[in-house]
Amino acid sequence: MTAPEPSKTLVELERDILDKNNRLAERNRGFFEARDILALNLVSSPGSGKTALLERTLTDIGGKINFAVIEGDQQTSRDAERIAAAGSAVVQINTGKGCHLEASMVHDAIRQLQPEGNSVVMIENVGNLVCPSLFDLGESKRVVVISITEGEDKPIKYPDMFRSADLCVINKIDLLPYLKFDLNALRDYALQVNPKLEFLEVSATVGTGMEAWYQWIQQARPSA
Amino acid sequence: MHELSIIHSIIETASSELARRGNRHQIEEITLKIGELAGIETDSIIFLWSAAVERTPLENAVLNIEHIPGKARCTECQQEFQIAQFYDPCPKCQSHFIEILAGEELQIASLILEDTANPESKMPGPALASTHSR
Repeated sequence: MTAPEPSKTLVELERDILDKNNRLAERNRGFFEARDILALNLVSSPGSGKTALLERTLTDIGGKINFAVIEGDQQTSRDAERIAAAGSAVVQINTGKGCHLEASMVHDAIRQLQPEGNSVVMIENVGNLVCPSLFDLGESKRVVVISITEGEDKPIKYPDMFRSADLCVINKIDLLPYLKFDLNALRDYALQVNPKLEFLEVSATVGTGMEAWYQWIQQARPSA
Repeated sequence: MHELSIIHSIIETASSELARRGNRHQIEEITLKIGELAGIETDSIIFLWSAAVERTPLENAVLNIEHIPGKARCTECQQEFQIAQFYDPCPKCQSHFIEILAGEELQIASLILEDTANPESKMPGPALASTHSR
């Protein structure tokens, strides 16, 4: 860029484009921390089984832990209805054309939900492995769900998401005998992108591995 | 297509900067810094730009994009190296435990504003102190 003419002003902003989202996310995070709430941001491609994982979790341990759920989808309240049927407080956010949740949407949802102290807030992001990775929602942990009907190389095809996640839940593990899926290859690819990533193998429909998931949630809670 | 949200954030930030200065400028140029590891497709930004900034203060602004190459440091052997993908290993010890030093930038670096409220400032000669930077 050339130096501006005298009638012009060069303003060196050096401002992060996501500054507003990041500041709102920190406010959400502060709210969660003050109330000892564990907030999980669940991300995945469409159809990996985020909603099924949530339903099973609410059914199994919803009696022991207080859950509140924020459902993000482009259209419909079908997922919110499934979650409500599983007995949890839920708010549906429809993003319309939007492909991801932003901190401001979660901020509004929290005001509606008023989650209690010591509870667990599950934020189910829009099914999309690209866009949600950039938007901090103020979550305590980010959980990426992948099912074994997808490719083992997803972590290196969508590195941003796997890099920003804390836990990778490998779902539909009950289908392993019927598929040519190399679990070790998936882990290797994911660890190349994020060497600190943790893994859990589950089947949300059959129930395999769910106990380990519940333990992970318990240990991640601020009160643990 | 999160690039559209990104452009909307840029418009919002630029508009509030204009408002902070009394809405008396127009934006002639805007320079963005986009790191190669930032998760943003520059081509999508350029493709969407003109439609997205229509009827906003950025409508007539020249868009400059500065690319920042990825740079990392191996946390095992301290080697610094260029990186194109997060999964590139350290070229010296092959470790994936790396710290990103550059390439994740997603910034509005600068704006060039033209004072529209003060025609005298466009006259040749010394500029009037009608605008100020922070």
